Amino acid sequence: MAMSLLRTSAARRAMMSTRSSPAVFARGKATLPDLDYDFGALEPYISGQIMELHYTKHHQTYVNSYNTAIEKFESTSDVRAKVELQSLINFHGGGHLNHSLFWKNLAPRKAGGGELLDSKSPLTKAIQGKYGSYDQLIGAINTQLAAIQGSGWTWLVKDSNSGDLEIINKANQDPVTGPYIPLVGIDAWEHAYYLQYKNVKADYFKAIWNVVNWKEAEKRFLA
Amino acid sequence: MTSAADAYSLPPLPYAYDALEPVISAQIMTLHHQKHHQTYVTNLNAALAAHRTASATNDVPAIISLQQKIKFNGGGHINHSLFWRNLAPPGQAETDLVTAAPELKDAIVSRWGSVDAFLEKFKLALLGIQGSGWGWLVMKDAVDSTNNGKRLEIVSTKDQDPPFIDGQVPLFGVDMWEHAYYLQYLNNKAGYVNEIWKVINWKVAGERYVGGIEKEITFKL
Repeated sequence: MAMSLLRTSAARRAMMSTRSSPAVFARGKATLPDLDYDFGALEPYISGQIMELHYTKHHQTYVNSYNTAIEKFESTSDVRAKVELQSLINFHGGGHLNHSLFWKNLAPRKAGGGELLDSKSPLTKAIQGKYGSYDQLIGAINTQLAAIQGSGWTWLVKDSNSGDLEIINKANQDPVTGPYIPLVGIDAWEHAYYLQYKNVKADYFKAIWNVVNWKEAEKRFLA
Repeated sequence: MTSAADAYSLPPLPYAYDALEPVISAQIMTLHHQKHHQTYVTNLNAALAAHRTASATNDVPAIISLQQKIKFNGGGHINHSLFWRNLAPPGQAETDLVTAAPELKDAIVSRWGSVDAFLEKFKLALLGIQGSGWGWLVMKDAVDSTNNGKRLEIVSTKDQDPPFIDGQVPLFGVDMWEHAYYLQYLNNKAGYVNEIWKVINWKVAGERYVGGIEKEITFKL
């Protein structure tokens, strides 16, 4: 995932610096990243059917639509057309980023999903310092998730200026930006849980912590 | 705090839960009405009760912090109440635009050239919604005098924002939240967007076009 994203942004920087000869750069397309586990591996917390649709259909659509929007962006010299593409690029590019981070945020129980980091871990210390305990952090995130009006995500992030942990909500597929580094993201779109949990989204928010990959969160925290 | 007289309640569906099959399944209709719509009503009443308390003590910060909850849950109640009534079982006379709403049909043709052209525009608007929201056919006051001073527009609203911006009158709405179709259509929202036309109640839409919504539905307690 990181590779394809880096490639894309590097290519876009290249594009901006080679305006006079726009034909020379070749941009790598965004692609669906590999899943590190089987579709059924997060059961019973997230069903295999949800995972398969979410990854092969929803995420794939964000990837395809992002590539289409970028192709249009690059093939027009009309600034008005470029500006009108911003919303599509943000939405589908954000959908690609968010889901790529999300799959890595999760792990089957046998691969460490749900396993809290020990007391020496820097992330554990930061969580205890700010929220008291993992349980209190999870409670605070679930409160934010429940408050989303419509589609969106809740993220545990690190403020790269202060080093502090924060919990932020993002609407629709708006990606985490600015000073914030995403550590753990929970998808609160209905497609993420509806086939299994229906309208009882609070049960999904409780269950998903059984498969959260805290080692990945710490890797991002220390990066 | 809340007594029956000063609380909103879930309006009954004007048809059975399975009446819209095969276009919308009974399972979707049951959850959508009994759980989702009920939750908006419950949360709206709770927010209004809290608002009365805050008003009584002139607690301005509390009043301000309740506004978004009232908008979201009040909008959810309004949108779903309009939606149930602008649907009808497939095959019923109400679902035939030409015979059920001739005036509205003429206005659609004069605005978009043909009914098919209108449908294509509306479907594109529905599929273009990013996240949760609704698509609406609305009537606005026209600047010129075409169609008796009425102008039709296709608009989309996000989340549960209600469709009453700038005095526009909603004729019918299509719910594009995933809970409205996912159990049946999964990620194929284009399938839902193609099928929904079989259950649009054009008779109700036509009545709203002629006379507004006040005669049909009220959101007053």
